[in-house]
Amino acid sequence: MRVALFITCFNDTLFPDTGRAVVTVLERLGHQVEFPEEQTCCGQMHFNSGYADDGLALARRFERVFEPYEAIVSPSASCVGMVRDHCPAIADRVFELTELLVDRLGVVDVGATFPHRVTLHPTCHSLRVLRIGDRPRRLLEAVQGLELVDLEEPQECCGFGGTFAVKNADTSMAMLSDKLRRILDTRAEVCTAADNSCLMHIGGALRRQRTGVRAMHLAEILAATG
Amino acid sequence: MKGFPAAARETLQDSQLRRNLGKATQTIRAKRLRAIGELPDWEQLRDSGEAIKARAMATLPEQLERLEAAVTKAGGTVHWARDGAEAIAIVAGIAEAKGSREVIKVKSLATDEIELNEGLHARGIEAIETDLAELIIQLGDDKTSHILVPAIHKNRAEIKALFERTIAAGQDLGWEATAIAEAARKHLREKFLTVPVAVSGANFGIAETGTICVVESEGNGRMCTTLPETLITVMGIEKVLPEWRDLEVFLQLLPRSSTAERMNPYTSLWTGVKRSHPPDGPQEFHLVLLDNGRTRVLADEVGRQALHCIRCSACLNVCPVYERVGGQAYESVYPGPIGAILTPQLRGLDQAPTLPWASSLCGACYEACPVKIDIPSVLVHLRARVVREEKSKLAPEALAMRAAAKTFSTRGGYERAQGLSKLGRGPLGKLPVPGWSTMRELPVVPESTFREWWRTRGGAGS
Repeated sequence: MRVALFITCFNDTLFPDTGRAVVTVLERLGHQVEFPEEQTCCGQMHFNSGYADDGLALARRFERVFEPYEAIVSPSASCVGMVRDHCPAIADRVFELTELLVDRLGVVDVGATFPHRVTLHPTCHSLRVLRIGDRPRRLLEAVQGLELVDLEEPQECCGFGGTFAVKNADTSMAMLSDKLRRILDTRAEVCTAADNSCLMHIGGALRRQRTGVRAMHLAEILAATG
Repeated sequence: MKGFPAAARETLQDSQLRRNLGKATQTIRAKRLRAIGELPDWEQLRDSGEAIKARAMATLPEQLERLEAAVTKAGGTVHWARDGAEAIAIVAGIAEAKGSREVIKVKSLATDEIELNEGLHARGIEAIETDLAELIIQLGDDKTSHILVPAIHKNRAEIKALFERTIAAGQDLGWEATAIAEAARKHLREKFLTVPVAVSGANFGIAETGTICVVESEGNGRMCTTLPETLITVMGIEKVLPEWRDLEVFLQLLPRSSTAERMNPYTSLWTGVKRSHPPDGPQEFHLVLLDNGRTRVLADEVGRQALHCIRCSACLNVCPVYERVGGQAYESVYPGPIGAILTPQLRGLDQAPTLPWASSLCGACYEACPVKIDIPSVLVHLRARVVREEKSKLAPEALAMRAAAKTFSTRGGYERAQGLSKLGRGPLGKLPVPGWSTMRELPVVPESTFREWWRTRGGAGS
């Protein structure tokens, strides 16, 4: 199957390893990845911050860039949510990575090995916008050597929320500190999620506090082979 | 008004508040899930609730006229109040005509919204709250912090101390909850039996029959709506339901969403005045229909769904922001997610411009709402309205966002911006970002972007 990668501007610039991991996983499964280089930003930041006209103009542009592709995959539940809601021409062709793997490609075991103790933060937009449910968990459970440990109150927001993290920094930090305590309670080595935006926020605090716990995108775990 | 970020900064310092709230909301969240899990048709009920409310709002003028006609026919008097001042004047006028210097009150958000108690006080009339939590707020000269449990921020020790300072002065009430509540009971019982005028709100007003419905747990509402000679109901115009049969849906949705009960202990329904010998119940009934900004909300096609709210408070109980900051950070009688979309619309965006941002858009509220108000979408819609109507196009944020949108609108601009981001690998990357760097490190900017790697790899396929 030929799949166009919607990398997201955020991952393209700050988390290229996640994009490389998506390519690794899909190619390992025998699929061909294309990367439309005209893509920039889907407009979510503008749209959610009150700059609707700018956000929607970027969404229109995004829609035109991806219109020729039959299947589109992205390692970000949040950006997929934006595209599904605001790019009607491609809404039913864009998939979050775990949706593509489990639903479209029918794969749960992607041939990964990751011998570490991992906890999963399911992310708000995965759960409540895309409703991807237990797909990330099923993929993680099939990874060789991986020990998955439950997070307490997993469905609760980590406090990132895009510009919320700086506009309401005090509230965001109060939410983050509770999420962090629950992550540390699991004694996991790695906290994973289907979105690097939440992970940048969680991981930034894990590093600041020198916890030794790594924040790592789900795709990178699925790409690992030991 | 401090605005949400500053008000939240203050309330976040209150560790007792956070402990009380965390405990209370966690308990009610689990109970609510059990209560709604019992009903196989819960989702259909939500759909029905949403549809009935949408119909009521789309035909509001007609429904209000039907309600007025039905109440009048049943012996009640209907008054129309454009704003709080008009409503207060109507209530005060009725109390004065009855020669009463006191009124007893059923818990009512509409009357809190217009500050009825303060307004009556200015005219020499004392309003006595009869709901236990509202009484606690009133005695403590405090502000409410939750729609359903206004004193949720107070624990037993704080309430005991308050009562021993006020209605039970000089007594030691002990630590038993029942003994502490008994002090309020004694205080209120005397008021129920002597005050001749009561004021209530309304959960629902049925246009078809002219029936008013108040749903409550303590029985104080039943006392207030049956014992006094005169009953005044202040009802927001959005509380109208077209038909009697609509009530069936809401009497299932409301208790399970609010207190997580199958049925609330007291549901009082009355239609005008009951004429009998000897007299039974209030012999004079006044319905005050309150606008106070509601027609303005109705004019916004996206925002108007905020008027569908049935004040269950499920959205507060599931909100991670509310759980940490508490109700008072919202500086309104309507706190939490619903407050963040209702208050700016009722008061005007310029009066509460920070509230639409008081959310991480996590979506827990939408999932819990019994009438499916899409709170995250309304928040985003109101953000856009604030930016468009209230903010300067030359504000630093507006300029930065405009520039970013322009940059991202071409591949060349975008890739040049990516090049600039690599400056973050140098000393610039060590500079703290206000709001972010207090608690979190910035990500390490990678040596190459994804697309640079893609090109070195030679594009698709190996």
